[in-house]
Amino acid sequence: MTADLETQEDTASWTGWVRRRALRSFPPEQLLPDKQPIYVASWIYVFGVATISAFMVVLGTGTVLAVMGPAWWHTSSLGHYVNSTHLWSVELFMAFMVIHLWGKFFMAAWRGKRAMTWITGAVSFLASVGAAFTGYLTQQNLASQWIATQAKDGLNSVGIGAYFNVLDFGQMLMWHIVLLPLGIGALVLVHVLLVRRHGVVPPLPARSLRIPPVGGPQGAREES
Amino acid sequence: MSVLARARGRAHEDDHDAEPWAGPKRHYDLVKEFTVALIVVTFLTLILAALFSSPDDKQLTIGEWAKGAPNDFVITAVAELDGTSGSASYGAPYTHDTSAAQKVGPIAPQNWPGVTLPIDSAQDFVVRPLQDAASTPALQAALATWTGATADQRQTWSSAYDDALTNAPDNDPTKVAAGDYGPVPVMLTQLLSLAESGGLDGALLAQGRFYQTDYTKPLLFMADGTYLEDLARAQHLGGDQWGMMNETGNYPGQAWLWLYTFWYQVKPFSTSGNADALVWSLMALLTAIFVFVPFIPGLRSIPKLVPVYRLIWRNYYREVEAPSSGQPAA
Repeated sequence: MTADLETQEDTASWTGWVRRRALRSFPPEQLLPDKQPIYVASWIYVFGVATISAFMVVLGTGTVLAVMGPAWWHTSSLGHYVNSTHLWSVELFMAFMVIHLWGKFFMAAWRGKRAMTWITGAVSFLASVGAAFTGYLTQQNLASQWIATQAKDGLNSVGIGAYFNVLDFGQMLMWHIVLLPLGIGALVLVHVLLVRRHGVVPPLPARSLRIPPVGGPQGAREES
Repeated sequence: MSVLARARGRAHEDDHDAEPWAGPKRHYDLVKEFTVALIVVTFLTLILAALFSSPDDKQLTIGEWAKGAPNDFVITAVAELDGTSGSASYGAPYTHDTSAAQKVGPIAPQNWPGVTLPIDSAQDFVVRPLQDAASTPALQAALATWTGATADQRQTWSSAYDDALTNAPDNDPTKVAAGDYGPVPVMLTQLLSLAESGGLDGALLAQGRFYQTDYTKPLLFMADGTYLEDLARAQHLGGDQWGMMNETGNYPGQAWLWLYTFWYQVKPFSTSGNADALVWSLMALLTAIFVFVPFIPGLRSIPKLVPVYRLIWRNYYREVEAPSSGQPAA
């Protein structure tokens, strides 16, 4: 009787549906695999995880600046150092991401129904450019004054500046520390889940030329 | 091969690439890789920050502008009064002059949202701050004369004074030729004094509220002058100096904006009055191409033609594919 009730609840509840759907889409061994195809052996693969690591450092250093307030780093030597870590982690984050993107381009990593993986990565890059830009706008120094007065013309010329006012420090700070980090975080999460779901793209050229014969080289079937 | 056959071939390849990998695998510790990467990036960040610090060139206040370049301040202020400043003649989203909008061909997206951040440059930058600070009988009388005059009369006074100031040596207000300028000279002298005391910074920001984070008015006023631009150009931040991607001092800045900044350096963009609208439109197109590369014939095939992938997967081609196919390694 108890077992029947549990089965009914499992099949009827929204929670049960979400759990079954999540487990079907992302079985634990696929979500966190401890083996990868043998072709996943190049330094280029490091730049994906390096990008996420740098993003974590960006969030961490930005959190310290947020806790202490936007003006802290102008009056404290420790604050200035934390601001420097924020700047350099952003430089590393963007450098790693650009290398990662070029690597994925030359791998044609959108093959095999992986277009959405590419798109989420590309949009993450664009959102990161916006996040870095709003960071420069909210420095509260000569650079941010000049960048704001110049950037307004580009944004106004296509109608965006009417709502996204780069001269409004408060609005830009909210975009920089709330909206864009949340957006990038969500995009990166979806991007990583898509990579886990579809797997790492196989090497070029067409895979039909590469499938090893049954009992093929190096005991392939046994290993997989 | 027909177009249809090629399309079928591509779909067939795509299906193969979508299948779970059935070949050999290797151990790969994702959590360990992430942990090591996080530690390395953290230390790298700490070291770079300790070695190179970060730039923080002090902000410019309107008070510093007024003291550092009083002639530039006054000629900017009179341009706000007679409506010839950049802000006064900007168009959307600040003013209602639709003819001022930048265009892409026949369309002007700048006008589409309308005026969402209204600016009355004479009132916002000159008259209202003076009214709030009107402490002397001479200023009170000048303001009374100004507000009691017709719009045409105000325009005549301010335009005449703007012309006289432009023709004066070094644009020096003390060397302006005699003429009928109404209350304008008194107003501008008082505005300069207010600015030099630091009072105009607060007056432009306050806008009737105690708490304020919107610097639209002080920044627009400051940008109408040349003092801020002179300081920025000295830091290689000018528009024709790849300014948008540069940073004060010797720092990498926003290097990822290189393509956006590049267009401003070359014709026809560098000489066009519609440069911003044209560059932004072009960048919107290029961004769409970048995002949708997987669906663009030709572009999506470049990786197959450029053998960078043979470098990336060289171990795989040497150790797995060549022995199985009997072909020479790539």
